[in-house]
Amino acid sequence: MALPQTDRPRLPVFSARNISYQFYRLRNRPELILGVLCLAVLGLLVLVPLFEIIHDSLTYQSYDKAYRPDAEVGGFTLFHLERVFTGPLSYALLIKPLLNSIGIGFFVTAIGVSVGAGLAWLLVRTNIHFKGTFGALIVIPYMMPSWVLALAWLSLFKNDRIGGTEGMFTSLFGVQPPDWVSYGFLPIVICLALHYYVYGYLLMSGALATVDSELEEAGAICGMNRRQRLWRITVPLLMPALGSAIVLTFIRILGTFGTPALLGLPVRFFTFSTQIYASLNARNSGDAYVLALVLIVMAITFIWINSRIIGIRKSFVTLTGKGFRQNEIGLGMWRWPATIGVSIFVVITVFMPMLILLWESLIITPGEYTFEGLTAHFWFGESDPDIAYGEPGIIHSPGILTALWNSIKLGVSAAVVNGFVGLMIGYAAVRGRGSLLSKWLEGVAFAPYIFPSIALGAIYIGMFSTPFGPIPALYGTFAILLLITVVKNLPFTSRTGIAAMLQIDKSLEETARVQGIGWFRRMVQIIIPMSTSGLISGMLLTFITTMRELSLIILLLSPTNMVLTGLIFNYNEQDMTQHSGAVTLLLVMVIIGMNLVVRVLSGGKGLSGLKSG
Amino acid sequence: MQKIVLNGIQKSYAKEPAVRHLDLIVEPGSFLTILGPSGCGKTTTLRSIAGLEEPDAGDIQLGDRTVFSRSQGIIVPPEQRNLGLIFQSYALWPHMTVERNITLALKEQKLSSGEVESRLQSALEMVQLTPYRNRYPSELSGGQQQRVAVARLIALRSQFLLMDEPLSNLDAKLRTEMRTELKRLHRELEATTVYVTHDQIEALTLSDIIVVMNGGLVMQQGTPYDIYHHPGNLFVAEFIGDPPINKFTGSFIREDGVGILQCGDHRLTLPCHVIPTRETLVATIRPENIMISEQEKDGWLKTTLDSVQPTGASTILQVKSEKSVMTLLQPGFMRMAVGDSVWVQMDMTKVNYFDPETEQNLISEG
Repeated sequence: MALPQTDRPRLPVFSARNISYQFYRLRNRPELILGVLCLAVLGLLVLVPLFEIIHDSLTYQSYDKAYRPDAEVGGFTLFHLERVFTGPLSYALLIKPLLNSIGIGFFVTAIGVSVGAGLAWLLVRTNIHFKGTFGALIVIPYMMPSWVLALAWLSLFKNDRIGGTEGMFTSLFGVQPPDWVSYGFLPIVICLALHYYVYGYLLMSGALATVDSELEEAGAICGMNRRQRLWRITVPLLMPALGSAIVLTFIRILGTFGTPALLGLPVRFFTFSTQIYASLNARNSGDAYVLALVLIVMAITFIWINSRIIGIRKSFVTLTGKGFRQNEIGLGMWRWPATIGVSIFVVITVFMPMLILLWESLIITPGEYTFEGLTAHFWFGESDPDIAYGEPGIIHSPGILTALWNSIKLGVSAAVVNGFVGLMIGYAAVRGRGSLLSKWLEGVAFAPYIFPSIALGAIYIGMFSTPFGPIPALYGTFAILLLITVVKNLPFTSRTGIAAMLQIDKSLEETARVQGIGWFRRMVQIIIPMSTSGLISGMLLTFITTMRELSLIILLLSPTNMVLTGLIFNYNEQDMTQHSGAVTLLLVMVIIGMNLVVRVLSGGKGLSGLKSG
Repeated sequence: MQKIVLNGIQKSYAKEPAVRHLDLIVEPGSFLTILGPSGCGKTTTLRSIAGLEEPDAGDIQLGDRTVFSRSQGIIVPPEQRNLGLIFQSYALWPHMTVERNITLALKEQKLSSGEVESRLQSALEMVQLTPYRNRYPSELSGGQQQRVAVARLIALRSQFLLMDEPLSNLDAKLRTEMRTELKRLHRELEATTVYVTHDQIEALTLSDIIVVMNGGLVMQQGTPYDIYHHPGNLFVAEFIGDPPINKFTGSFIREDGVGILQCGDHRLTLPCHVIPTRETLVATIRPENIMISEQEKDGWLKTTLDSVQPTGASTILQVKSEKSVMTLLQPGFMRMAVGDSVWVQMDMTKVNYFDPETEQNLISEG
């Protein structure tokens, strides 16, 4: 058959007709417009800040005049780099906090991931008792701020080192615990490990649940023994999850602020994050930015290593379920001991901290741990000048109630905005699959993942403390908290959005198109209703993470936009332990309550969605 | 009634041509089927008409309206093309009832509620789904879901219907049933229809015109009768027909001024209007055009029965001679034993001849 020449009659690029054609063409592809829009906004909110701090760390800041009187503010300099990397202060500013952070990160990751993986194995694959109850209880620490344990630790083991009240241990036994028990490395590692095992648990239980027993049985048929099956089949299948559990935990630990601040700052034990905080507090932002950059480079390195070894993409794949069999492994005589062991663990990590804080909030004089004279003053009392500097109980304190309202407002609006933005990114990325734009969009949405929380906070404080382009100065406003929360949660919400969109077949939207339904109405009538169920658990996750967030926003908080976590931190700094205990409990109750409400309303979803995070 | 015109359509995905060059006219009110194996460009063509794909070159007209023209810089989005389209997956919205699935687009067009209701009722009646208006798609069987998709199409009252393999997800029995319904629907709606399928039975039973595509090109366009009896080239000859056509390659010799094609055991006398182009030619004959006899007949070829597959109304036979294998289709339920000797003879008027290089049919049509 004669083939016509594949000539393509093209219009001259700049002819009016071609321009109008390209315009109509664009209108035909809403995902393109949306994608470009998302990319532009994300670029502004994610990449510009990065350049901003690189710029700031390479120029003189006003504070530097104290050291270099002749310096011109804004002029190029390697001053900060020298101070941090080679100057006499380098050891205190960089090396020591770095070693501390890495040490803590190493031990916490090792302990946390082993504990989490062990628990996951017990609960998913063995015949341990009370699986359901344990499964629900074990994820509770995820709903609490990571430093609740640190607060409880302080209540237990505080000594007279820094003055103020003493802990229960002293009160009950009359002996001061040594410094290394009360503060610093050891308690930080213990408290963080007992919180962050949840990451390992969630990722590993998700992965374990996808390992088909038939794969192991196939191994058995090929003549492998139990141990060979475990090491040749099960473990390699779990490697991606294990790898990302390790990297995820480690990066979190590098950026975590609450626990090292509570347990480290009193004895001037600095980690990277608390050093950034201290530098910023000392208005030495140049140093802080250099440190933040170091932190980011480290995070990128770890993610890169992880992706090189197992592929970060793979580790995020949620294998969705066609049903398959999973055989329970009989624990035999170890069934009850294992059950008791897990029970004790749950009591220590979940109930004990709560009870300690409750007790703390009920005693009248800080440091006197008795069961006599317990008072509900710090919950319900009016202001009394003799107690706690006249600070009233929770329900009468305008400061606490405002912070509570701010927290809830922040949590809910971040969840809604994140859900919406996640869906838009998901739409643009999935509909444009295969295009360069789609790849960039996914990449940029993932970028906040590499910013440790405290570093991102440091960037935003620098970027938005003065008017930035059309955006007015946002320091001290609710808007900046919302902005940073939304950005920090993007890697997770955009994944939820992409997952939700992938479940909506293209033809469902195309059929509406052909029937004359425009883009906006398609979103309202088809895309949004169909993706709600997937988005709800993502939104709940955002709500929870936002409510318990401290590292990210601590630098951006001021009396005008105070939230509960910041308030707890402040009460603790002022040694008002009853208040910090009571407010912490309040926070945890709000989070758990919200989780239950969503769970009921959405028909039992709730935290189950965490596993795909 | 309006026509659909496609002119010089080309479309590639990442340099991989899906449609190389396509000219097509769908006459007003006619039923045209694009038939071809997967990857031949048929779905791309349909989606280009709907506006869901954007061709790299060419023009598309729906009625008097040009909806796409690369050279004139015109592109009308699918929303404004006023078409009806049925997908292979039916694309019913799972979160909406049957009623809302059908009425959504009508309500979005801001039609009066009386109008919407009457269209809904007549559409449901036409597909006999009236009792199911408050069900969700997941509560319906595959065939019912298919009918909802059809009802949605009916309610839109479009002048143009596009169907993308609408029957391929149904089981065999339902497929036959829905085929009849689609045919009736097309008659009643009098809409210009383009139907895409890889199933030749659907194409042959439903269409006014069949367009056979392969590798992004039109292989042949014609009525089902033409396509079946006068395949334009070897691809069409082999693609259409079940059981597949018999094909023989032979060398051409001239004896006493008469052209003879010697294909193994067969000596085919070339009709005078066939002008041989090469030394070797390819001859084809449909299985039902070979006659069979259990008694020896003069001039018939003796063969051995190799397999007998009765399908009920007809029987597929495979016979073997010394040098060739043939498939035969005989009416009735035949009870013969494998290994029996039978005698066969081709109906020489039904034989087509092809050039082995160009693969074109040497008998000019008509």
